[in-house]
Amino acid sequence: MMPRVVDLTRAREGGPLKLAVPRGALWPETLDMLDRIGSDTSELRSDSRSLVFQTEGLTLVTMRPSDVPTYVEAGAADLGITGKDVLLEQRDRIVYEVLDLRFGACRMVLAGRANDDALDEDERRLGAMRIATKYPRIAERHFEETGRRAEVIEVKGSVELAPLSGLADGIVDLVASGRTLAENGLEVREEIATSTARLIANRVSHKLRAAEVDELVERLRPEGR
Amino acid sequence: MIHPTPPGTRDILPEEMRELRALEAALRAAFEAHGYGEVATPTIEYADVLRRGDERYANAAYRFFDERGELLAMRSDMTIPIARLVATRMQDDEPPFRLSYIARAYRAVSPQRGQMREFTQAGVELVGAPAPEGTAEVIEVLSAALDAAGLTRAVVGLGDSDLYRQLLAEFGVGAEACDQILDRLAAHDLVGLELAVDEVSGLDPQARATLLALPGMRGGPEVLDRATDVGGEAVGRATGRMRATYDSLKARGVADRVRLDLGLLRDLGYYTGAILEVYDPALGHILGGGGRYDSLLGRFGRDLPAAGFSLYMERLHVAQAEEERQSEGQR
Repeated sequence: MMPRVVDLTRAREGGPLKLAVPRGALWPETLDMLDRIGSDTSELRSDSRSLVFQTEGLTLVTMRPSDVPTYVEAGAADLGITGKDVLLEQRDRIVYEVLDLRFGACRMVLAGRANDDALDEDERRLGAMRIATKYPRIAERHFEETGRRAEVIEVKGSVELAPLSGLADGIVDLVASGRTLAENGLEVREEIATSTARLIANRVSHKLRAAEVDELVERLRPEGR
Repeated sequence: MIHPTPPGTRDILPEEMRELRALEAALRAAFEAHGYGEVATPTIEYADVLRRGDERYANAAYRFFDERGELLAMRSDMTIPIARLVATRMQDDEPPFRLSYIARAYRAVSPQRGQMREFTQAGVELVGAPAPEGTAEVIEVLSAALDAAGLTRAVVGLGDSDLYRQLLAEFGVGAEACDQILDRLAAHDLVGLELAVDEVSGLDPQARATLLALPGMRGGPEVLDRATDVGGEAVGRATGRMRATYDSLKARGVADRVRLDLGLLRDLGYYTGAILEVYDPALGHILGGGGRYDSLLGRFGRDLPAAGFSLYMERLHVAQAEEERQSEGQR
């Protein structure tokens, strides 16, 4: 008999560990990694609309990367994969950060318009920079730690639009190759943090299912570590 | 008409209240059976008094002035008020003191995550009984309280808040690096912990391996042997306290409920030695915690060793409901 979805998803001792898998930028490399440890991801790779997948020894629940800490903190998933950028932005979530998975490398940067000193001028003349970002808490913390003031404007879509349209003079955003910045006439001014994919664990699962969690951590540990 | 209550607060209606009262009655009976008498203290205290117990009360979430201009604060737990009570009201009595409470406390948390700003804690304080026996007694009462709540699968994690600091000192790690490493450990950031350990210059490879392996060591008494195998005498000395507590737990017949956890670190300022966390497989959040705070009473002028635990009533209730649902589902 097919297990009911609710049985697969509710926190329960004894069943397979539940792993929150991020759709989006980390998705292809996450699936490759799961293939390497012998989990069959063909169903995830098909254009199935399902959100929950049963594989050998693991239940995979798929979601946005920024939702992963939410599910893991609440114990709706035992473990999860997400970017360090997400963890920095949601710093108050209590989860174990157990492993650096080494893929999905990118940088959190402050960028401004190329050949334009509006950012510095803002700071000199107005005492604060106007910054647009999808990561308001990382941005605010960065300016606080460096003793500066910024007016942080949260946007949800393409951040590059903000300095182009005059909403802000700079952005705090994640860059991988830097191509999007360059194509929009922006350049990196400061590096705030570096980010890679991380494996996180629920606080209770980390204790009550220690052996299974540790075994999975060892299988997922990047080579050379 | 809708008249809201402040975020993180709520009303309780009769059906829930009946269940909560039944749960409270079960816990009170367990506390009384172990000789722990219930006390109550004011919801508001002088901010100075709370701060004497823990510096971080300087930033207590809810503070206000009374009509004379005195700064008052809402308590965020019962441990400090009870330390004040013991030092002030029991001056002429002979320790040990066995006290229990079921009381509301207040913290500024983000209410969207199942945490309330006003919540109820149930717990005990054992004042005047040193480790290891005092710690073991508290865990015995905790175990009885969990059974009384019907949470027979719940587990108590036992760690030592000084263990890691002591090891860092033995390995000659400087104060600044030490704080940074402990910060990462308290934040459960094992990736950052490794980075911070690798930044310590001149660290012996054996010491490095020990510092990285220890936070993952959790389980039965065998973890103490495993830790000593990895880290030698330094770890042996640091884990001595945990071993003594565990032996006492065995004698009391509650050792099966306890998982030793060498990576456990709670960030509450007043803990010394043993620390506790309570888990139930039906719930993703911890049910409560506790530990020893041997220097807290001294700050109130009565130098007595102490230990205690507190459980979040609302979470106990959720776990109880979830356990019932799961056992029905298995039938």
